[in-house]
Amino acid sequence: MSNNEQVAGSAPAATARSKSTRAPRRSRILVEFMGSMNLAITLLVALAIASVIGTVLVQNEPYTEYLIDYGPFWHEIFAGMGLYQVYSATWFLLIVTFLVLSTSFCVYRQSPGILKDLRRYNLQVKEKSLRSFHSSATGELDQPQEEFVDHARRVLKAQGFKAREKESDGQTVIAAMKGRWNRLGYLLTHVGIVVICVGALVDGQTLLKLNEWLGNIEIETRSVPVSEVPESAWVPVSNPSFRGMVEIPEGSSADVVFLPMREGYFVQQLPFRIELEEFRIERFSTGAESSFESDLVIHDPERDEPLRHTISVNHPLIYKGYAIYQASFADGGTKLDIEAIPLGAEALRSLDVPGRVFQEQEVPTPQGDTRTIEFIDFRDENVVPLLNEEGQRENRHLGPAFDFRLMDRTGHGLYYRNYMRPALQEGAMYFLSGVRESPGDEFHYLFLPADADDSLDRFRTYLAMLHNADVRNSIAREVAAEDPSGAAIAQTTAELMRLFAEGGYGAVHAEIDRRVPEEQREQVGELLMRVLHAGLQALYMEVLEDEGVVSIQEEEQRWLEDAVSAINAISMYESPFFFHLTDFEHREASGLQIARAPGESTVYTGSVMLIIGIFLMFYVSYQRLWIIARRREEGEGTHVTMAGTSNRHKVEFENRFAHLKRWIIDQKPANGSDDGHRESTNKND
Amino acid sequence: MSVPQEALDFERPSILQRIRPLDWAYFALVLAVAVIAHWQYGHLMDRYDTGGLILAAGMSAWLGWFWRPWQLFSIIVAALSLFGVWLYGDDLARGSTNFWLNYVGSGQAGVMWMSVMLYMATATYILGLFSKSDFPSRLGAAFAWIGSGAGMMALMVRWREIYLTDPSWGYIPVSNLYEVFILLAVMTTLMYLYYEQRTGQRTMGAFVMLVIAASVTFLLWYMWDRQAHEIEPLVPALNSWWMKIHVPTNFVGYGGFAIAAMLGVAYLFKHRFERTRPDAAITKRLPSKEALDGVMYKAIAIGFAFFTIATVLGAMWAAEAWGGYWTWDPKETWSLILWLTYASWLHMRFTKGWRGPVMAWWAIIGLFVTTFTFLGVNMFLSGLHSYGEL
Repeated sequence: MSNNEQVAGSAPAATARSKSTRAPRRSRILVEFMGSMNLAITLLVALAIASVIGTVLVQNEPYTEYLIDYGPFWHEIFAGMGLYQVYSATWFLLIVTFLVLSTSFCVYRQSPGILKDLRRYNLQVKEKSLRSFHSSATGELDQPQEEFVDHARRVLKAQGFKAREKESDGQTVIAAMKGRWNRLGYLLTHVGIVVICVGALVDGQTLLKLNEWLGNIEIETRSVPVSEVPESAWVPVSNPSFRGMVEIPEGSSADVVFLPMREGYFVQQLPFRIELEEFRIERFSTGAESSFESDLVIHDPERDEPLRHTISVNHPLIYKGYAIYQASFADGGTKLDIEAIPLGAEALRSLDVPGRVFQEQEVPTPQGDTRTIEFIDFRDENVVPLLNEEGQRENRHLGPAFDFRLMDRTGHGLYYRNYMRPALQEGAMYFLSGVRESPGDEFHYLFLPADADDSLDRFRTYLAMLHNADVRNSIAREVAAEDPSGAAIAQTTAELMRLFAEGGYGAVHAEIDRRVPEEQREQVGELLMRVLHAGLQALYMEVLEDEGVVSIQEEEQRWLEDAVSAINAISMYESPFFFHLTDFEHREASGLQIARAPGESTVYTGSVMLIIGIFLMFYVSYQRLWIIARRREEGEGTHVTMAGTSNRHKVEFENRFAHLKRWIIDQKPANGSDDGHRESTNKND
Repeated sequence: MSVPQEALDFERPSILQRIRPLDWAYFALVLAVAVIAHWQYGHLMDRYDTGGLILAAGMSAWLGWFWRPWQLFSIIVAALSLFGVWLYGDDLARGSTNFWLNYVGSGQAGVMWMSVMLYMATATYILGLFSKSDFPSRLGAAFAWIGSGAGMMALMVRWREIYLTDPSWGYIPVSNLYEVFILLAVMTTLMYLYYEQRTGQRTMGAFVMLVIAASVTFLLWYMWDRQAHEIEPLVPALNSWWMKIHVPTNFVGYGGFAIAAMLGVAYLFKHRFERTRPDAAITKRLPSKEALDGVMYKAIAIGFAFFTIATVLGAMWAAEAWGGYWTWDPKETWSLILWLTYASWLHMRFTKGWRGPVMAWWAIIGLFVTTFTFLGVNMFLSGLHSYGEL
């Protein structure tokens, strides 16, 4: 940031300093290069491009995701270049370091001149050099020299100039300047930038990376319990700056924090232990979260009594220079009571499955097989924006739900989300179970219709009966009793019901396709569907009769349609059970971000310097003015030469200089209006 | 030749001489309003709120002295806003039953008036560019004044509406994209009107109002297509005192950059027309290149200064809310890129003395970077500013 703006403020004599005739020394060349504007701009552009890369390429993801996204070839290259952590990559830190050096050199080079300029009025100017200024004027006045100097002095003082005078050989030189704080602005902005960068480098991962490079520490890439992390990945309490995360379940405590680094992490030891008593989510009436709060207890050996403090978003706890922030939340291992309802003949004989989030449980299936259920997550409030009947967006509270994965012996399986309570959907109540192939997909929902008691009892009864061959046969006989060709129809009905129970409409259609020639398929198919539905309806009548329901209303009819849809969908559900959550003991975990940033106040100091500097540079106008007055060679009076420079906008200074000339030389009002005031008073525009 | 010294106008009037009786009256009014507000509602305020009140009153008084039109503007806006709030009472439903609120004085009606007026201002300013008379441009300025006043009133009344919707939701209406777009339109218009008044160059409006009209168009689309005007509670991360100073400061920056870019466009037109059609009326009506360059510099300077403050304030807020004053979140990173863009612009101007089409183009490109920082980051990049998560 070589700056001609500074030069513009000095008299030509003062600029000579930069035009040294000595042969350049090597150190001098280095200073010139490091402080050059071209290097600075190049570094700024490089910094900008690197920053863009860091925002386009999502940072700090697990390496496995990058591998999937970019393939092994590019992954290697990207990882090697540090593109997954651009802002802590060595080359990025080098750019910043060079920028700091470049700015420092620039300040180093410029500040002596600036400081000198602030004090030096440069009374050595010659008339000839003044006349070569862009803004210069001369005048022949009848006034005696002393009277003129006196006048000029008053104008300059009134206009806020500081002036020095020198008399020699009968001529008076007045050198005046104004707004020299502007020059300080240059220093403040550039020193401010350096201070900010130094503070930021202290707070960055510089130290950590240095220690890693020296081989003092080594990153851990496995996810293992803290106790199994080898000594080499532990960072001692003495580490002055870090930022990391730790998740603490309710009722637990932690005295470490994990510092993410590339594809792994370090374990940072804390000098105290943080216990989480309770984590809370406060909600607005809409169900949206209004506040996340953690009740913390700090156990510090240096304290007689533990410190209790509640933190929330925007309200961290600062303890001994460690800032503890509420960053996220998760399940902390909620205990789940689950009823596994077989989706088949055994529907009425459920199994009790005890569960805990983050744990696995084996479940024997009625078919004699084993499945493993992995409990992934639990949420006690699920607010889903759904469209209501009028087509408007509406937040719906669906209550508690848990996420799990059900795996077969080979470890394959789908992901599920089951809601504890039935939800109202288009006027009827359903138990919802979402299913998807991988965590990134959308859920497809299974709607199991609830009965009048909001339970699954009717559905379970119906399902169990449908899967029972004896029941099917007797129902089929009942249906066919009124028909002349009873026996054959009864057999067909029973067979269709079996197919439907086991494989939904898909199995039924496959069977029709197999048995019926193509040309009759449509006609026969329609007939067979009617037969199937008659059977399903008759079975339903049986269920209702057992329940003691006599009159069948619209809602009962609708229940059957829903049940039939659900049974059809079960064939694609790929789970032999519906896992029904009956009770839970909620345990949450709070994600705390813990940081130690000793450079913070340095950064703020630099920021304040920068801001003050910017305002000084923009809004204080730095002007210099020289006046040489001498006796006229012929006759009475004074010959005046006047010149000025400014680092401000050229046109503006020309106007300003014209005003000064009118006042000083012409000794007339600048405009004859109050415009002169406006010009001189409204400097901030 | 010598004239009495008293007749010369070089004596700088002291600050007290420069302030007219009306300025003192305005100051007294602002002070009185602040004192009454504190006397009436002080028991509901914490020290930050009190600080905010003092800051707002001080800034309004200073702005009124610095730029006199602000006095009348702020009085009218305050009166209309208070009238709207008074009409509401404690019943939000009056927004649709009360005639004044329904058609003029509610937040939503105010936004509509703002949009219409700013569109009209754009049209008349453009007309003024081709017209021989000064009248269309003066009319444009009037529309711009009314438009920004309506927008400002809309924000004030909306503030009350948020509390009426649900007292526990209460937040300042600069908290979502819809609200900040209103703020952007108001802020940019006012800044432009200031430059117009100070330079007397009315034809600049034809260019500057275009970008304001564009933001109004986005606002209307956002409102009609996405129902963005509906009041919803704030996510916890945004529920902070910092919001009140971080966001408005930022928008002085964005407003300045937007004005500079449009003046860059005007500069390029002028530059081209001077060669291709030097005698055309439009060439003559456009301000001189030096004048355009001067205002462009001023707009970038004020924008850069405030953007720097806003970024520092944002860092301080981030330190409190996210646990680090700089976490290379996409919004932060793009703020840095934007800052570097204009820092380089200023360096080129200061140290190399660059002027002319290159700098105009630079200012225009700067607006694209600004737009991406403001909108693109939220739309295309995930990060803490997307507020999708805690």
